[in-house]
Amino acid sequence: MFEAYIFPILLVTGCGLLLSAILVIAAKFMAVKTDETYELVRAQLPGVNCGACGYAGCDDYAKALCNGAKTNLCIPGGDSVSAAVSKVLGVEAADVEEQFAIVKCGGNCDATDYIMDYQGVKTCAACNSFYQGRVSCSHACLGFGDCVLACKYDAIHIMNGIAVVDKSKCVGCGMCARECPNHLIDIIPTTSKVYVSCSSHDKGAQTRRVCKDGCIGCRKCEKACPSGAISVTDNLAHIDPQKCTNCGICAVECPTGAIKVYPI
Amino acid sequence: MEFAKNMMIILLTAILAENFILTKFLGICPFLGVSKKLDSAVGMSAAVIFVMVIATAVTFPIYVFLLDPFELEYLETLVFILVIAALVQLVEMVLKKFMPALHRALGVYLPLITTNCAVLGVTMLDIDNWDPSISFGVSFGNALLYSVGAGLGFMLAMVLFAGVRSRLDSEKTPKCFQGMPITLIAAAIVSVAFMGFGGVVDGLFK
Repeated sequence: MFEAYIFPILLVTGCGLLLSAILVIAAKFMAVKTDETYELVRAQLPGVNCGACGYAGCDDYAKALCNGAKTNLCIPGGDSVSAAVSKVLGVEAADVEEQFAIVKCGGNCDATDYIMDYQGVKTCAACNSFYQGRVSCSHACLGFGDCVLACKYDAIHIMNGIAVVDKSKCVGCGMCARECPNHLIDIIPTTSKVYVSCSSHDKGAQTRRVCKDGCIGCRKCEKACPSGAISVTDNLAHIDPQKCTNCGICAVECPTGAIKVYPI
Repeated sequence: MEFAKNMMIILLTAILAENFILTKFLGICPFLGVSKKLDSAVGMSAAVIFVMVIATAVTFPIYVFLLDPFELEYLETLVFILVIAALVQLVEMVLKKFMPALHRALGVYLPLITTNCAVLGVTMLDIDNWDPSISFGVSFGNALLYSVGAGLGFMLAMVLFAGVRSRLDSEKTPKCFQGMPITLIAAAIVSVAFMGFGGVVDGLFK
């Protein structure tokens, strides 16, 4: 009786009790102190680990916040996260400068052509490493959508051969910008409405030959801009968002339509 | 020489001929779940090797000195699961306290495999392979070696399959095969390939 029934039961129960006792004791002695504010701060962050704040991820940023980093660095979270984090930490909330992504290429299927029938691995990175990509312009959007895969907010899509950002969904985290092998994606403040949709540093004639929409570096916009926000360097116009007043004169003046006003 | 040969036989048997995933079909869940990316596959396998070895190190003596003398072999499954689950929890705490770097590397995978069938399987197979006529020291060593081999075999299968899956991702599969179906078919083909290792180990050391 004892051998057959009671001893096994006692053995298993004893094992269970012993192990649970060991675990309880271990939990007491081995407990690693986690900072309570860290947990609270971390819970407020969006958790997409985009790195727009300049830290390695949300965990890292939360750690830095506990040690006194600025609360307005989380761009996907925007003002609400900044306010929530500031509340937890007991500091004054700072406004987040909200940003969104723009694709500095207008070379869609109407404006430019493919120079090869590319059959390789279907990513921009792979295509770009093969004779600088399938598009006639070597600074063009390749249209395989590496940026689309990187986006966690479904805010960027391939339309008519190029990537187009949906401003209403974009939070400006910059994950797409890091994926683009041609570095075509720029993050600008949401207040900006005018941007240059070209990244080609080629001479005007060359740009013109390969794309109808490219910036040819004619400097018309530079002269037309009333606030002096545009400068043309290396055959490419650049708008300084700090000086730009979004008047849109440059977009009207541009002979190729390379300067665009949002919404297009 | 005889000793080294024995070790090689045990290791290679566990890795190739009796690969846990591909010929014994244990641990299919992590095999399909975590093999999407190479680095997570390696992390998971490292955690599995680690847990398999410590689980064997604890359960083998328990069986030999506690269950077997009292003729309680039928409690094997129950006691082993209990011990392994508690042990992994304990190890996780110890790692967190004393080796935070290792804890971060194995991180999420450790609690996942507390009750994994591959881990339980390796401890029970060790018991099956146990020969009471051999001294405890040698059979314990063999059991540990077998669990290391099983873990390495797990890692081999995971790494191989992570490669297969990354290729699959960039292929255009027919719609009805997308996702799980093509993954399972690929797993079956890899498994068939591993069946070919069947007699290799015995033949190698003839």
